Parts: sequence; C-alpha cells; structure tokens
Amino acid sequence: MRPPSPSIPEKEFVYQALKQSLRLDGRNHLDARTPTLDFGPDLGWVECGYGKTRVIAYVEAKMTKPPPERPLEGIITIHSEISPMASVDYEPGRPSEEEITITRMLDKILRRSDAIDKESLCIVAGERVWHLRLTIHCLADAGNMLDCACLAGIVAFKHFRKPEVEVIGDEVIVHSAAERSPVPLAIHHMPFCVTFAFFPDPSMRPVLDPSLLEQRLSTGLMSIALNAQREICVLQKAGGVPIAAEEVLQLIDVAVTVAKDLDKFVQMRLREDWETRKIEIM
Amino acid sequence: MRDRCQECPLPHVNLKLGPGLSELSVARGSGKGSSSQQTVVATRAGILNHSSNRSKWWVEGNSRRYVPAPQESVIGVVSGRSGENWRVDIGAAHPASLDGLAFEGATKRNRPNLKVGSVLYARVSLAHKDMEPELECFDAQTRKADGFGELKGGFVTHCSLQMSRLLLDPKHFLLPLLGSRFPLDVAVGLNGRIWVSTKEAKQTIAVVRCVEAVDPDGGGMDEVSVKKFLGEMEL
Repeated sequence: MRPPSPSIPEKEFVYQALKQSLRLDGRNHLDARTPTLDFGPDLGWVECGYGKTRVIAYVEAKMTKPPPERPLEGIITIHSEISPMASVDYEPGRPSEEEITITRMLDKILRRSDAIDKESLCIVAGERVWHLRLTIHCLADAGNMLDCACLAGIVAFKHFRKPEVEVIGDEVIVHSAAERSPVPLAIHHMPFCVTFAFFPDPSMRPVLDPSLLEQRLSTGLMSIALNAQREICVLQKAGGVPIAAEEVLQLIDVAVTVAKDLDKFVQMRLREDWETRKIEIM
Repeated sequence: MRDRCQECPLPHVNLKLGPGLSELSVARGSGKGSSSQQTVVATRAGILNHSSNRSKWWVEGNSRRYVPAPQESVIGVVSGRSGENWRVDIGAAHPASLDGLAFEGATKRNRPNLKVGSVLYARVSLAHKDMEPELECFDAQTRKADGFGELKGGFVTHCSLQMSRLLLDPKHFLLPLLGSRFPLDVAVGLNGRIWVSTKEAKQTIAVVRCVEAVDPDGGGMDEVSVKKFLGEMEL
C-alpha cells in the first residue's frame, strides 16, 4: 500500500505558512537542522541524525583479488538498505523511485566523486587489494534522508582505519591493531550533500533541508554535493519545476556555507572521538 | 502483571478489559470433570491501570503504532471510497471503513461531501482483530454529531500515543497554558494525531512545536521549560 499523500488541511497549512516564510519546526527557510554524529565502539561505525532522521553507516574491509581490467585499484561498494523500519513508505523487496534516487546519489557522491584514493588500497598489483564495503541502514525517515545518509557515509570512511599491511617478497603480513596502529584511508576531499525543496508557487521560497512533510509537498528537489573547497561533485535536480540560473547560483552559495560548517563540525567531532580512543602503551 | 490481576480479591461482576489485556480460557484436565478457568494476560508492555471501582482494566504503553480499540476517538484521513463506505487511514495496520450515513443528519439523499484527503474526527465503533476497524461520526443512540465530523482547515500534527493520552487528561498543563496565550481549537485523537486550528499560522506552529517538545517520546519538557520555550517564540 502506498502511503496516502498529506491531507488537505496539512497541505494548505504548509503552503500558507511557507508564503509567510514560516516553517513548522520554527526554522528559517535557509536553516538546516543541526546534525548529530555518534560513533560506535568499532572504527568506521557512525550513527548520524538530522532531527528525527537517523542513519547508521559502517565500513568493513577485506582483501580480494582485483578485476583484471583494474589491477592497481581497490574496490569500494556501497550497500544501502532502506527497510520499512524507516517509514511506512518503504516496502521490502520493491524499491520505490525515492529509494533508487538515494542509492544512485550515494554511489555518485561517495564512490564516483573519487573522494577516496583507490590506488592506495592496492596491496600487491593484480593480486591483492582492499575491498571496502560501506553499509548504510536508514533507521528513521523524517525528511532529507539523502543528506543524512551521505554525511553518515563520508564520516564513516573518515573514521575508518584499515590494518597496516607489510609486503615482504610474495608474503603479505597483516598486522593486528595491537601490533601496529591501523592507518586511515587516503581521502582526497569530503563531499557533503545539501538538498533544497521547491514549491509550486513562486511566492514560496525554496527551503533548505526539507522535513518529511515539506519533501512530500514539494514539486522538486535539488541536491548539490560539494566539498568545503567549493568544488561541486554532483548536482541533481528532480521534479519538473523550472528555476532561473541566478537562483541556482544563489543556492549554491548557500550550499557552500553549509558545507563549510559541516566540514568544521565533522572535523571537530572526529577529533573529540579520537581523544577518547587513546590507549597508553606500556 | 498477571499476578496483580489475580490478586484482586473479588473480580468485578462487570469486568471489562480494555486495550492491552485479553482473556484466555485455559482448559484444566481432560475428559469428565474438566473445568475451564479464565485467565487474563497482557498483550503489550506498559503500565496496568484500572478504574476506581476496579471494573475496567487496561494497559497503557508508549508505542507509536496505533491499535484500534472500541469507543476511542481518533483522527483519520479519507484515503478513498468503496461503494457506500469511505476508507479512512487512522494510522493503524489496516484502513478503517466509515459508513457514508454514519454522520449527523445524513440521509441517502443528503450525505456529507468528503474528498480524498479530508480530515475526520471519528469514534471507533468496531475493532476486532480479524476485521477491518469501523468508524462512526455520530452517537448511535442520539444520532447527534457530538463534536465528531469533518475537521476543516487547521493542521494535523503527529505525536506518540502516550502524548495523545496526556493531552486528553484535563489536569495536564499544556493545553490550558496554550489556551491562556491565544484562542485555539484542538481535537486530540488517541491514534497519536492532533488537529489544531488557530487564527494565525505562527500560533499553530507554536502548538505543534510545544506538543513535540513535551512529548515523552521526544523532548519530555516540563511546564517551566515550555513557558520559557513559548516566550522565545515571537507570538
């Protein structure tokens, strides 16, 4: 059963409020919710929250033989699971259009943007490479799950450390965490996803970080993935609403500030978490 | 929980079991001389409550999924029509059905004009685990609306089931507090939906935010903090 679209009073009220530049959670139209990041006991396990939207991401690494066409590169795969736990909108087995969009955007932002250096994942050319597997679980959907999943994913990669490996001749020695400290992944840049929602009436300005109701009532979404160095990795505009070029540029400027803030926030949280993980060596 | 039920010395003659409790008949022995004894078991986790004369017992939990129970007032959204009946989404596992004539003053000729997406305040008239729940928008005896019917305008917000029960408690501070600030119309459905209508949009937003802040499932704010929270909003 598809969920019913928002009721008539809900729709009318949200539009009426947006015309007065009011949002239901008291935010301004270009305010994002403050994200939360919680780290698990393992390296590479992150729970990210945007308001009531919650996503868990974790990274695992194993060794495999690389495909013959790319003998010098490691492999990164992304598995995203959006179960009915997140919201009644999602059904098991049959991915909805929204789910496909999220999965494809995650692939574009995290894997194809070359954020992670794949060549550094190579151990023995053509023989052994690291295979990183990022799993994303969506726990609750209260709007803007894509941004939340994307932040969780990139922070999980940033938080993850792979075991130190030594190659002597043909022999590969994997050192456990107790022997030698694990090494972080080589990450070129950190892309963040920023989503705007558009509404049919031009008197309703676009909103940043839409809530579930705003997302359902919007006529179009624009997701911009960019890093704090103002480099745009992906720009996707779904829905048919036309926007002027200047408006897109204005929104990109907003997205840049958001990405810069997110970058600072992520660095701070990672540093805080790292402080708690120091072990004294006797 | 089961023990406490058995503890009560004389079960009330009109023992009524509400949501969360069900009766099991357990057969003792077999063949001749077998006797069946009624046992009450809890079907959900929560706090066991009873009325002052111990005739009504029920369990109050803090789940988010609504399970319909007879005589509860709920807020539903019309999701379609099938023949004479309306299909109404009340947040339960199955859509409820509402007879097109179960309104005050409705006749075959003159029936309420509902659309898909209309919001209704209704009472659950039939809730059986093997059947679709049924709703009615009037009192079956008096045939008066009694406050039920279509809710026009306003806004519907969602909260936990515990919160909706708290709001129906006349001693709870939130609604009187909000009512002292600005006039408002509120309908609370036991299915975790609250309909609010005020004169201005920002007042509705204030109500929605306060309900979310007070909800024990989310913020769990107390009276003093809510007053401060309301003061921070420009009303």
